[in-house]
This record gives sequence, C-alpha cells and structure tokens, in this order.
Amino acid sequence: MPDATAIHEGLFTTEADGAPRLIGGRCQSCGRHQFPRSSLCPHCGADDVAEALLSSQGTLWAWTAVTAAPPGYRGEVPYGFGVVELPEGLRVLARLTQGDPTKLRFGQEVRLQLVPLHADDEGRDVLTWAFA
Amino acid sequence: MPTTRAGTSSRGRSRDVVTAVEIAGIGLHPFGRFEGKTVTEIGVAAVRDALADAGIERRAFQAAFCGTAYSGVAAGHRVLDALGVTGGPIIDVEAGCASGGAAVMMAAGAIAAGQFDTVLVFGMEKMPKGIIRSSFFAPWQEEAGLAATPAYFALRAQRLMRESGVTRDHLADVVVKNRANGVHNPDAMFRKAVTADEVLASRLVCEPLHLWMLCSPNEGAAALVLRAGDGENGRVRVAAAALRSHLPGNVLSEATPMSGLLDDDVPAATTLAARAAFEEAGVGPSDLDVVECQDTDAARELLSYEELGLCAAGDAAKLLEEGATRMGGRLPVNPSGGLLSKGEPLGASALGQLVELTRQLQGEAGPRQVAGARVGLAHTVGRGANASVVILTR
Repeated sequence: MPDATAIHEGLFTTEADGAPRLIGGRCQSCGRHQFPRSSLCPHCGADDVAEALLSSQGTLWAWTAVTAAPPGYRGEVPYGFGVVELPEGLRVLARLTQGDPTKLRFGQEVRLQLVPLHADDEGRDVLTWAFA
Repeated sequence: MPTTRAGTSSRGRSRDVVTAVEIAGIGLHPFGRFEGKTVTEIGVAAVRDALADAGIERRAFQAAFCGTAYSGVAAGHRVLDALGVTGGPIIDVEAGCASGGAAVMMAAGAIAAGQFDTVLVFGMEKMPKGIIRSSFFAPWQEEAGLAATPAYFALRAQRLMRESGVTRDHLADVVVKNRANGVHNPDAMFRKAVTADEVLASRLVCEPLHLWMLCSPNEGAAALVLRAGDGENGRVRVAAAALRSHLPGNVLSEATPMSGLLDDDVPAATTLAARAAFEEAGVGPSDLDVVECQDTDAARELLSYEELGLCAAGDAAKLLEEGATRMGGRLPVNPSGGLLSKGEPLGASALGQLVELTRQLQGEAGPRQVAGARVGLAHTVGRGANASVVILTR
C-alpha cells in the first residue's frame, strides 16, 4: 500500500496516535500565533517564532463551497472552503469536508482531518488539511 | 517608508508649495471582449484619445505610468513605441485591481513634487478567459484549492451578511442598480437592465454569490493626461491620490493570508487609503457628490460603503435601502454601471472610473449625469492588498 504524501511540507503532522495536527508558530515575544509557521512574527517583527502544534478542534466562522475547479486544482468539485476559529486566537483558511453550505451552521464544532485531494504519479494519496 | 505628515513631501516642503495637479485630457477604449485586438492596440486607442483631448503636442509629456497586472514586461513601452512617443521614463505599475490607481498616485505625486510638469497615466488589460489565475499563489496552493478567487469574495459576503444585515436581496439589488446605470454607458460590456429575480436565478458560483453578482474580467483601457495646474478654467483637479496596503491580522483581507487573528478592528486597506485621501483633499465623506467604487462582486460594493466611510460600520444595507446610492439619491455610486456592467480589465479599472468622474464633474455625462457633481471619489482594491482612493474636485 503506497504511503500518502502531504500537499506541502511543514503544514501538518501526525502524532503517535495518528491524530493530525496543524503546524503553526507562536511568537515568543508577543505570544501571537500564526499559520503556517514562518521565522518572523508579522505582528511584532520579532524573529523568535517557535513551532506550535495547533488545536485540532475549532468552531466554524465562515464557509462557502467552490463549484468550479480553480486554476491548478486537482481534486473534486464541489468542495467546502471556509475559516475555522481555533482556541489559540487564530482563524485559519481550510477545506471543509462538507461541500453543501446549507448543512453548516455558524459556530459549530469542527475537527481537523487529513483528506486526499488526488493520487500522485506513484499512486500515493496527496493529503491536505480539512475540517469536518 | 513614505512620510506620514500631511502635506509634507519627502524633501520636507510644506503643503503650501506642493504643486496642484489637474486633468488636461481623458481617453477611453470601451471595456468588453475584442477578439484579434492586442492589449497594445487597446492601450494605444485610449492614449491617443487622451493626448488629443489634452490638445498637447504628442511628445509634450515628461513621463508615463502604465497600470497593468497581466500585460507582461515593457507593456507601457509597447504602447508608447507604437505612438512614437518614447524617450522619457515609462513605468509599469502592478497593484492588482488597483494597478491604475497606483499609477495615478505616482503620476500625481511626481507632478505635486515638482518632478514633472505633464504626465501620461494609463491603464490597460486583456484578461485571459476563465477564472483569473494569479502568480500570487504557489503551485501547491493552487493544487490544494486555495486559489479560488470567488470563494474569498463569498466568504467576505457571508461575513457582511452576518455583521451588516446584508441579505441576498440586497446583493441582488446592487446588481439591479448598477446594471440599470450601465444601460446608459455605451462603453460598458453589459448594457441590459436585469431584475432581482434574474440575478437570484443565475447559477450559484460560491454561496451566497450567484453568477450575475460577480463581474466579468475582460479587456479595455483608459488614460489621463495630468499636468501641474490648480483647476482654473473649469479643469478638474486631482485633489488626492492615495494608495495603501493592508495591516496584518484580518484573515479575509485582500492580502489573502492563510490565517488571521481574532482582532476584528483591523482597519482595511480601503479605510487607510480613504482616510489618507480625505485628509489630503481636505474633504470628508459628506462632501462627496458621486462615487465610483470597487464592485468586483455585489458584496464588495456594500463593503466599500463602510470601508470608505460613506456610512457607519454595520450600516451598508441601510444606506442601500435608503436609496442614497442609486441615481437620484444623495450619493450615487457607480453611475457608470460599475464593474458589474463594464467588466473588469484590472489595470484599466481605476482609470476608467476617473474618466467617468471627470465627465461627471465637467457636466458631460449625458444620461448618466449626477446633477451638480463637484466632488467625486474613485476606489479600487486589489489582492496584495492594494487600495487606491482618488478624489477629484472642480
């Protein structure tokens, strides 16, 4: 069974128990979080951003569904797309597993998952982050 | 970093000696789809018209700024080469949907600083067909589905519906208003009025946005000849030309970040640009007679009401319902028909707005005329973020 591969390095990881976690950053100077993690804090300018595995549970803050494949996209349509609010005080853009916007509610609890977008040339699933 | 003290140029001169800027000529190529016409030909048409309208010798300008996002390298050079009017500095300016506005800021600023006397500024675009593809996104982001531009418009629309009482009927009404205005604009791509029912019956693109709530990227060009002058003899003055970018933290800003904070009070780039423009021009929102603002989608126009300060935060739907922004209201918005009627050739948008506002202020807008218009505001905002606000007076 071919391994899965991530859509891009450094965005998410899987813990020992298989639970997915988004890899964010936390500025050691001002305390604010960011996703993805970068070496600088865009809020205070400090360069001591530490890796922070973000909470996997959040609440839905905004959502829609994409009905036509955008340029370069390799996956199915429609797909859910929205913003999830995390307890760290961060709002993150994310794919949503629910592609029917009428079935979602503001503030509902959503959980991080890793989902396959498509298979690469070697038959491995290419995974991205999503909330369900 | 540009100086932040009002009226002080980089050389420390006071406001009293900043040279005033007036519009000497305007030109426009209609917006639409033109098979077989290159973007250079489209740009040449607008520039020729502006130079002729200004009545100056064809080489009598000292610099040229060309706003464009998709025309490739040396885009401005190709236009001026075709006209045989090269030799001075020719600068292409990219600022997304605000490319033309950014070009105007640079042109007006150069004249105000005494660097040049007469400057040509134009914007042009021949948008590729289909959903706009932007080099803003990395290939992996495209692959992951992060590059669906209408989805971001939709998320902002949903937030506006939540925070400002905007409904899908309000979104439809913006389209009805602008399309009705477009009927009277021979340079617009869509010149047929539509009903709210038709708008809501059009294909759902990204909930809550239907197809007819979204403008069509297309082709076009517009040009201004700017020169030092304080608007004597009825000339329209460029009272302010401001460009601002975003502040970090807002997850749905045009900076299109992958995350943001819970700070809901981050002023938008449009607000920063509007404040700077009002201060530079010495007027406020209540002094405006006519506005041309960004309506890439219906919600974006309503968001602009708030971000420009035309109404208080949360009151966009109320302002629309009052009828204030339709023709005959106290502050008509998008008398040209807006991007919803004209389509959006990115670099040309702001210049097209300024051609419309110049006609409005000169009493030459015909069936689109806003009676007694003396102060106009043009607003565009693009991914970056780049927000441009230009204020014209007469």
